[in-house]
This record gives sequence, structure tokens and C-alpha cells, in this order.
Amino acid sequence: MLEQAHELGLVANALPEAFGGGGERSAIAGALIAEELAYGDLAIALAILSPGLLALPVADFGTDAQRKELLPRFATSSFRPGALALTEPHFGSDPFRPRTTARREGGEYVLDGAKCQVPWLDGDDMLLVSATEAGAAQLFLVPRAATGLSAERERNMGLLALPTAELRFAGVRLPASARLGGEAGADLRALLARGRVALAATGVGLARAAFEVARDYAKERQTFGAPIATRQAIAFKLSDMAIEIDGARLLVWEAAWRLDRGESALREATLAYEQVKRIALEVADGAVQVFGGHGYTREYLPELHLRNARGYASFEALALV
Amino acid sequence: MPISFEKAENTREAERAYHQIAVERMRPISRKYDDHEHDLPVEWIDWFWREGRKGAGRADGEGDGFVQVCIQAEELCWGDAALYLRMPTPALGGSAVAAAGTNEQKERFLAPFRGDGHAIWGAMAITEPNAGSDAAAIETTARLEGDEWVLNGTKIFCTAGQGASEVPGGFVVVWATVDKSAGRAGIKSFVVPAGTPGMTLVGLEKKLGIRASDTATLRFENCRVPRDHLLGSEKVKKADPSQTGDKGFKGAMATFDASRPIVAAMAVGVGRAALDFVTEELAREGVRLRFDAPPRELTAMERDLIDMTAELQAARLLTWRAARLLNRMKPNNLEASMAKAKAGLAVTRITQKAVALLGPAGYSKKLLLEKWMRDAKINDIYEGTQQINQLIVARRILGYSSSALR
Repeated sequence: MLEQAHELGLVANALPEAFGGGGERSAIAGALIAEELAYGDLAIALAILSPGLLALPVADFGTDAQRKELLPRFATSSFRPGALALTEPHFGSDPFRPRTTARREGGEYVLDGAKCQVPWLDGDDMLLVSATEAGAAQLFLVPRAATGLSAERERNMGLLALPTAELRFAGVRLPASARLGGEAGADLRALLARGRVALAATGVGLARAAFEVARDYAKERQTFGAPIATRQAIAFKLSDMAIEIDGARLLVWEAAWRLDRGESALREATLAYEQVKRIALEVADGAVQVFGGHGYTREYLPELHLRNARGYASFEALALV
Repeated sequence: MPISFEKAENTREAERAYHQIAVERMRPISRKYDDHEHDLPVEWIDWFWREGRKGAGRADGEGDGFVQVCIQAEELCWGDAALYLRMPTPALGGSAVAAAGTNEQKERFLAPFRGDGHAIWGAMAITEPNAGSDAAAIETTARLEGDEWVLNGTKIFCTAGQGASEVPGGFVVVWATVDKSAGRAGIKSFVVPAGTPGMTLVGLEKKLGIRASDTATLRFENCRVPRDHLLGSEKVKKADPSQTGDKGFKGAMATFDASRPIVAAMAVGVGRAALDFVTEELAREGVRLRFDAPPRELTAMERDLIDMTAELQAARLLTWRAARLLNRMKPNNLEASMAKAKAGLAVTRITQKAVALLGPAGYSKKLLLEKWMRDAKINDIYEGTQQINQLIVARRILGYSSSALR
């Protein structure tokens, strides 16, 4: 399935033409794609979009050499996952100020720290890691097989179709060329704005999926001789879901539109993401409620939607536009 | 059509001009006419009739069209929502004429608002003591006698009803039934010129907020208007009027599709007044919105402000979406109700939270914040309560008729 989805060029299309991509980068298009895929399934959507986790930051911030080395592999017809490690397992993980450090030692960087919620699909040998270097957050290209890097598969409440890993970096030595963007470095704020727009878009898709199954079920399920959707208690809940989903989608689109105009849009991306965090959870929870006891069973989708929706409380840049 | 949030140049100009009017003409007299509920805000009305009605921008469909009307409503209600409602304009009466009237009727009834005489008002009278959003329950009757319609009944909560019923040149659009047995299909709207014998201003409401706006009770006792004051078709079609193209009830309801985005924009204006103010006040106290702070570091106040800002923007974007559909002559019934439901509730919560955030200062009449909280609440009630708009949205998304989902 990942191969089939990849053939649509959902990520490759956004990469520069010079490296075999389609040269059609658009945050709006990215948001539309992310919403539709997550409407199908959030975990599979994040897997399909995972090549972008490595390819898009390299396209945005990489040196010529880094772009030349890494981008063509993501523009081919076969699927290659990317990985981006931002979140850390300690309480209060701060993506703007990672505790993971990169220390300059001679011509090398030495990486120490830990990451979690890192998409970890087989098929590629690199990942991007954020670390604090000389007081600022930077990104580093790390071979998955590097000495001192250990990965342990995570077990999460949701996102079950997306393999993720907790990573430990114990004195991982990297060449000077591993720093993304070389001297200029990478702009974490820009990266996180794009991550928030993408994740917010997936949240809208997830919420829409939960809303639609609840709506359809409410029209079928009969109580006291009529569908429960004809009761205001249910109808108004569905109405609120629809309104909140549309409002959130417009916030996401506005943030994406600003990104496409070249604005940093961290403010709008964060507002949209904060709104989506709340709405995705409320809608998924509401969908379980509309299904009643059936909503609690794994026979129906709302329980899966609810488990996935709760994850947005800690998700950061699991997809990019 | 590409997804864009770009405003036309003339919209941005209009926005600046309306903002200046709000700051210079409205805010300075806000408190005065909130305290003196039924006094006529003469300085505002005179200025508006002399200068303001020329408009700062164009609302003729060029540029952003209806979105610009929404932006005007937002800016002026950021100034003062009650004074906005007090402006001498055709208001909802004009919307009704525009939605269901013939070209000749539009010219006849609306031209005086462009004339040189004194300030005049338009209004729409729907609500009755026993009929609110359930417009089909209207008890006011219209009977054809010769070449005249004879109206009998009582209307309440008629915004701008004092000016529109008393000052010659203005008019009230009155909804009445020509055939009670026909239900919705029997509901028609009639233009009753100000001063028509038989139309009496019975009283003005004392209200929680929007006190500078005249909310009238009007009585109709054998009130006669010429036959051609009916808007839309005289015929009563007992089949579903939405299927037959009858502009009577449908035309009247279409007024709401155009007015609800404006009301939503008005709501956003009041909500923004409170949010702007509280954001600035808290910034002075060192509270700033950070978008790059980890969750554990965000204070409760920052969280509140982020939430309020996002809610307000979501309401605004839903409003503009409903307005853009109108620009393109697309159905917007669902989107207009979504915008109205969202905006009404969002600004009710935002303004109430804003008062709480400033503590005793927020509660004091030294500031306008408490007024904005009182003003905001009406947006969750008029032009269809929160619940009526939820009902309309629910019917649309579920594909239910008004009889299947009551």
C-alpha cells in the first residue's frame, strides 16, 4: 500500500525539479493531501507522508551536497520512509529547545540524548535529529546504523499502524557535514510551523472521519421508533462537530496559505494546531458517545479515532507540508 | 478556484477607514448611550447621514463584495455594536426588499436612503409574542380589501423599530399570514411606510446590552398598505414553497442567508474589541502570547488568550466563507448558519472570559469591557438563536426536512 500511495507522487511532487521532483511545493496542497489521507487512517497517512520528514527539511535547509546526496532517492518510484526525531521522552519536551546535545569535537559532532515518537519504518538508512548546539537548536543527519544509536520499538495507545521508536544517542560521532544546512544551519521555527500545519490538517481529516461515521450511524440506529439523529441531543452534537471541523479547516488553510506566501506563520500554524488538538479529541469522543456501547467496542471505528486523536497532545512534526 | 485569504486593495482601504470611524466617532460616545438607553445618539446619526453613509469602500460586488460588507460590520461593531444597529440605513428591511422585491419596489423603497432629506431607517418585524424563530407560527394577519392589504397583529423585538415606524421616509417590513391554514406558504412580507395609520410604537425594550439600539414593540390595528407593498408573489402555494420557486416565504428566509453572515461579522467585531483590549492590558502586565513555548511553560492566561484568538479567527473565517458564497451566487444556507452559530457562541465566551481575566477592572464600568460582554450576548440570540442555527445545520448535514427534525 505504501508503494501504491508513493506512486501518486504525494511527496515527490513537492521536491525540487533539479533532483527529480515535481517542483510543485505548496503548503495548501500538502494540507489537502494530509487531511484526505488522515480521513482514511491517521497512522497510515503518517506512514505514507513519512518520506517528507527527511526530504522536505533537506530540500528547505540542506547544502547543495546534502540535497544532491539525499533528495534523488525520494524522487524515485519506490517508497523510502523518512524519519525526523524532535520529541524527547522526558516530561515537558520542548521542540524549540531540545535537551539532546551536539558537541563539536575537532572535525566532528558528538550527539547525546534521547528521542521518542520517531516514525520508524524500514527502508531507509538515515534520519534527522534535532539537538542543541552552541545554544541553538539544529538538525543533524544521522545514519540509522551509527555507533551509539539504539532504537527500541514503542507501543502506543494509538497510531498502531505506524511503527515508531524511542532512540538513545550515547556519544554518537558524526562528521562535520552531518549538520543540516552546513554553516547556515536549519530554521527549527519554520520546520515546526510546517509540522503544525501538516498535523493540524491530519487532525481535521481524522475528525471528519469520526464525524461521518457517527452521522451515518445516528441515521441508522433506532430508538423509540425513530433514528437517534432525529433527536436534538444527537443532532445538535453532530451539528457542533460539523461547525468546529469547518472552522478548524479554515484556520489550517489560512496558515498554509501564509506559508505559501513566504511568511513564517508560526503564530497561525500554532493557533490552528491548538484548535485542532481540542476539536479532534472532542469530535472523536463525541463519535464514541453517539455509538454508545458499540462505540466502545473494536467492531466500530470511533474507539480507534479516539485513541489516535488523544495523541495530538504530544505529537510534533510527525508530518510536514 | 484557488484557496486564498487575500483581501482586495479596496477592502484593506475600507477596513482602515471604518476602523478610524470606530475609533473617532463611536468609542467616545459608547458609554454615554449605554447609560442613557433610550436617548437618540444624535451626533452619531447626524454624522452618519451627512458623511458615513457614503461608505468608505464599495459594496457593489467589485473586489470582495459581500466580504467587504462583513468587514465593515466587524470594524464598526468593534467600535460599538449598538451604534452600528442605530445607523440610519435600510438594514434588514432593505435586505428583505432586496431579497424578495421587484426592481421597481427596490427603487421605490430604497432610493430615499440615498436622498437629501433627513435621516431615515428601515427595519424588519418578524417576531411575535408567540412566534420567534418558528416564523410559520406567525399570527399577524394580512387581509386583501380592494386594492389594500389590512394588517392586524403585534410584533416584538423589532430592531430599529422606533426610527423605522416613526420617521417619515423609512419603512418596516412586516411578516404576516394571508392564510393561516396554509402554514409557511401563507406567510408573506409587506412594506409598511413609517407613519402609516394603524401602526403604533407601543414600547421599547430595556436590555442587557446593545442599549443604544431601539428594540421596538409595534402594534398593527387595521393598518392599510397599498396592494403593491407585498414583496414577492401574492399566490399561496400549499405545496412546498422551496420546490415551487415561490419567493414569499422562501424569499423571506433568503433574507437570513444574507443577514446571518453580517450578524456573525458583527459578533466578531464585538469579540475582537474585547480580545484586543484584554490582550493589550495583559501585555502591559507582562503576559505575552508565545507560540514557541512548551506546554508546561504556558500560563493559564496565555492558554486562554491562545484559545480566544483561535476561536475568534475560526468564527471570522467561517463568516467570510458564507459571504464569499453569496458573492458567487451559491447557496449558503448551511454556511451562514454555521458562521452565525459559531460566532455567536465564540464571542459570548470570549467576552465573558475577557471580563474574568481583568478581574475587578473588567467588572467595572470605568472600562467598556463589561459593556462589550453585555453587547456580545445578543449575537447568540437574535437572527436565530444558537439552537435554531444548530437545528438548521443539523438538518442540512443529516439531509432531514424540517418535519423530520424539529
